[in-house]
Formats: sequence, structure tokens, C-alpha cells
Amino acid sequence: MSIELKNISKRFGGVSALEDINFTVNDGELLALLGPSGGGKTTVLRLIAGLEMPDEGGIFIRGVQVSGVPPQKRNIGFVFQNYALFKTMTVFKNIAFGLKIKKWDKARIQARVAELIALLELKGLEDRYPHQLSGGQKQRVAIARALAGNPDVLLLDEPFAAVDAQIRQELRQWLVRLHQDLKLTTIFVTHDQEEAMEVADRIVIFSKGRLEQVGTPQEVYEQPLNEFVAKFVGVLNILELEVQEGVARYQELEFPAHGLGNGQKLRIGFRPYAVDVSPNPAACRYPALLRRTYFLGVMLRLELVLPSGLVIRSRMSKEEYSRLGLDDGLQVSMQIRHYRILSTDSGQLGSEVSTNHELPGLNLGEGI
Amino acid sequence: MNLPHSTSLPERPARTSTQEHPAVKWLLIGIAGIFAAVFLLLPLINIFVQAFSSGLAGYWGTMKDPDTVAAIRLTLLVAGVSVPLNVVFGVAAAWAIGKFEFRGKAVLLTFIDLPFAVSPVVAGLMFVLVFGATGWLGPWLDAHGLAIIFTVPGMMLATMFVTFPFVARELIPIMQDQGREQEEAALTLGASGWQTFWHVSLPSVQWGLFYGVILCNARAMGEFGAVSVVSSRIAGKTDTLPLCVKKLFDGINHPAAPFAVASLLALLALLTLGIKTYLEWKSRVEEEPL
Repeated sequence: MSIELKNISKRFGGVSALEDINFTVNDGELLALLGPSGGGKTTVLRLIAGLEMPDEGGIFIRGVQVSGVPPQKRNIGFVFQNYALFKTMTVFKNIAFGLKIKKWDKARIQARVAELIALLELKGLEDRYPHQLSGGQKQRVAIARALAGNPDVLLLDEPFAAVDAQIRQELRQWLVRLHQDLKLTTIFVTHDQEEAMEVADRIVIFSKGRLEQVGTPQEVYEQPLNEFVAKFVGVLNILELEVQEGVARYQELEFPAHGLGNGQKLRIGFRPYAVDVSPNPAACRYPALLRRTYFLGVMLRLELVLPSGLVIRSRMSKEEYSRLGLDDGLQVSMQIRHYRILSTDSGQLGSEVSTNHELPGLNLGEGI
Repeated sequence: MNLPHSTSLPERPARTSTQEHPAVKWLLIGIAGIFAAVFLLLPLINIFVQAFSSGLAGYWGTMKDPDTVAAIRLTLLVAGVSVPLNVVFGVAAAWAIGKFEFRGKAVLLTFIDLPFAVSPVVAGLMFVLVFGATGWLGPWLDAHGLAIIFTVPGMMLATMFVTFPFVARELIPIMQDQGREQEEAALTLGASGWQTFWHVSLPSVQWGLFYGVILCNARAMGEFGAVSVVSSRIAGKTDTLPLCVKKLFDGINHPAAPFAVASLLALLALLTLGIKTYLEWKSRVEEEPL
């Protein structure tokens, strides 16, 4: 079921929560609403559910404007952050609640609940009360309850925030599988970029009530529209450069800046993976000290310190690291393979620039 | 490390730095125990001892007295009307305060507490000033043939005023604590407002509600001050149990009689305490994971 948000604005007591939000959710899509807390993403979810009304703009479900349609009539399944299970009802009754309200007959309710109990691996827990369940079980009950009435769209508010790290990982995989099985339009809210990247087909990024970018995980990572997105969806090295005679400098780092006037300021950003490191001092352009290596699983993060004290973060696989024979405290050389220009005034990222064949006439390691 | 044996670790102290001296503990327990015994347990025992001082026959005689029977009946009637009404008002007030944001919320909260702050006698007088013959509404009521002061409806009103905070005060923190999520979940599942209230909101505060109701009931049946002001105090007609106790106590004929009637109220108090303890246990058990 397609959902379209057009020019949505929402204020709470004079404070703007959402400003002119526009995006479309495609039929059968798994969409993430990503952003820091207070960004307005939960409000978007509540607006779609009908739990809040927009001050301006409209929400269109299958092309039909739904303002004024109460939550009861929208046929949505909503999974609350803290699950909001009915604490005086057993697991069975929680799941059956919506069906009883819809006046399904008893046999049909029994069959449907049994189906969901099986789908969500809740067998044996039918007669438990919510306070007798673990966090992961509670969440599955909440999802079963939301799915029971065959909703057109499933909305999940921070579905993985309240469970511990190990279960969170399993639940992500599980949500992807469930979505593949049911092919149900699903929107979930998260503040965790990794989670959004891993799970979602597309990501909508919010900050301070504004929509920053909509795109596939790859798009928002590789072609962020602005500095906020670039920083939010991954680690970013940011440098503030000043142009002197066609060269933009920050400390000892130099970048070509043809056609830019003296004194002009420039911001650039580059991902850790775009930083080359070699144990051979002559292999790359700048000498650096490998101060510390952080273990991130398969990948390692390298903290490089340039002679001026500037710290640059790099990233490489464990295999590459041992092949190069790197270690903490080693003198290495580094260079920045490619970067993006963040223009100082508008905050827009420019196109990607490769440094491979650039900076003619500059001496390696000059002045060091 | 090489420590000489003579300076080995100091002896473990008898108590850690955060523990009080045992004497302090026993002193405090003793004070609380003596206080409870002298001011609570002793009078309670005294009521029952005095009640049966003229034997079982005398006790039954007082109980079977038409005035006592009428007082019991009236007490049940007053409580039977005022408690359910206070449940309705209390749930409504707690619902409004716990689940919604609105202007004047703090004022409403203060008003709910008002009966706690006002002396019951003053509360009774307020009703006399409003509904009495010379009160604001007195002439109008009189013209329409309605009487409130010195009648049973007046006693119900006074009782309701005095017991108003019990249900609301019990439910407000529970409802505030639970927030609106369960209700919102019910709405997204298709439930109407009324269905949500009946199937979700009310059951989730049930123990708190029972607790508020029994406290409200105990106070309603035991209320003396406010009721004595608005009652005409006619034995067998407008005397509730507390008024009956006072009247019998002021009389000189049967020294055991007031205590016999008072023993009913004392039993009510014990029963209330018992139910209250059970409800507290029950709601705690329901919150605990297996």
C-alpha cells in the first residue's frame, strides 16, 4: 500500500516538530525513518497511524487523503516502543483483542491467533501475562497483535531499542525475513544508522523536524546530500581548509583549489575507508604516527596522528592490516584517496574529488 | 607483600560503618511498638472488652435494638450511595488528570485535595450555609419542596464531600504512571473510546480502584463530623452508626451499648485493613515476573 506525505507540518505547543515533510512510501517496501532523538521521526509514524493530526499538509493512503480518518479506521498495525501490551491480558488475549473488537467468530480468532503464535515463535506462551515475558518475547507479542487483523501497513517505533545487543542482531534478521515472507509495507523508526542500513530498502533521514534525505542505504552513504547526513550515516573526517595561491590547506594537508581566491574557506569531508595507509614512509604523501588501532570486528579503525597533531581516522580489514605488518606506535605514511567538498555557506556537499593525480608542484612532506 | 605477623589485618569490626549500633535499632523499634500498643492496640481491645462487659445477651440486645438496626441500615444506605458516586467522579477525575493535558489541571488537583484539608465539621457547615433554610439555595429548595439539610440526602452529600479524594487520589498516580500507550494501542487495533476504557484502562487500574473503594467505604461509614452537622440526629431516622455510638455514649442507661455498636465499626476497620493488605500483596504479585 503506497503512502504519501505532502507538505506535512506539525507543532506541539508552538514548538515546531515537523516542517514541510514530503516523501512517499512504496507498496511492499521496508522503510526506515532515521535520525537523532527529537528529530521528529516518531511523530511521522504517529501521524501516519492517526494518533496525531498534522497542522498542515496531507497524508494520502492509496491516493486518498486520510485526515479526519481515526486510527481505528486506517487499518494499520502499530508496534509501540515499549510494546504497550495490555498488562491484564494473556498473550493469547492480547493478540486476539483487535479480532474480538472486529467481531470475528471464535473459531476464526482461534485459528488466526494460532497462526501468529506459530509465525512469531511464541508457542507455549499463550497463557502468560506480559510481565512474565522477556523483552524479545514481549516484542514478538506486540508484532503478532499488530499483524493479527491483516493491516495494510506495519508501523514500528524503535523496535530494537529496548532489547540487548545480541537479541537486537537476531531481531533485525528476523524482521527482514518476516518482511520478505509477508511483503507488507513496513515503516520503522530508529536512531541507529547501522540498523537502518542493514534492514531497510530505503531510508528517510530526519533532523530537527526536517527531512534531510531519502534514498537507499547505499545512496545516503555514498552520495549524502549534506554534511548532517554524511556525518550521521557513518564516520566522517572533516577538515576546514583555507585557500592560499590555488591550494587549500589545513595544517600540513594540501588540496588543489584552482580558481578559488586567497583567504576563501572550504570544508571537506572524507570517510575513513578513503584514507590509504602504508608502512613504507615513501609510499604515501604524508608521514604519520599510527597511534592506536581499534578493533571493530572484521574491520579495524586506525587513529593516525600527523606531525602537526592533526588526527585522521582510517579503516581497513584485519587481513590488510596484518599483510602490511602494521602495529600501534609505528611510523607510517598516509594519503587521502578521495573526499567531498562541503561548501562553507550552503552546507551542500559537492561532487566527489579524487586526489590520485592531483596537486602538481607540491613537494611531499615539505616543511616537516 | 611482606607484612609482619604482629601487624596482620585488623580484627573485623562488629559492624560496618553504615550500620547503627544495635541499641539504636532496638530503641526505635521499642518506641514504635509501645506507641502502637498504647494508642492503637489497647483502645481496640478495650472496645471489644467493654462491648461484651454485660455479656453476650447484652451485646445482642444492643444489636437488636431498632435504633441500632436503623443506624446500620442508614449507614449502609449512605455509604451505598456515596461510594459508587465517588467511584464515578474519582475515575473521571483521575482519567482526565492522568491521561490528558489541559489548563487548570493543577487547580483541579488542589480541589480534589480540599476535603483532606478542611475539617469535616466545617465541611458540614458549608453545606448548611449553601442548602440550609437561610443558605444561598435554601429558599429556592424550600419553594420546590426539597429538603437537603437535616435529611438523608444531605448526609450523603456531606459524606461524598469528605470521602471524595480517596478514589481519585489512589488512581491518579497509577494512571499517570501508565501513560496513554495501552489506550493508543487499543485505538490502532480498532477499539472505540468506550471499548478502550472498559477493556483496557479500567482493568489495568483495578487493584488501585478496589483499594480506593475500600478506603473510601471505611471513611464513609465511619464519618462523624460532617454528617453530625447536617443530620437532624433523630434516633432510628437520621442516625448513622458513628452518631448512634455518640448518642449511646452520652446516655447513662447502658454503659456497654456504645461499645457494642462501636465494635461494628472496629470490625469494619479490621476487615478494611485485611482487604487492603491482600490487595497490596495481589498487585505486587501481578507486577513481578515469574
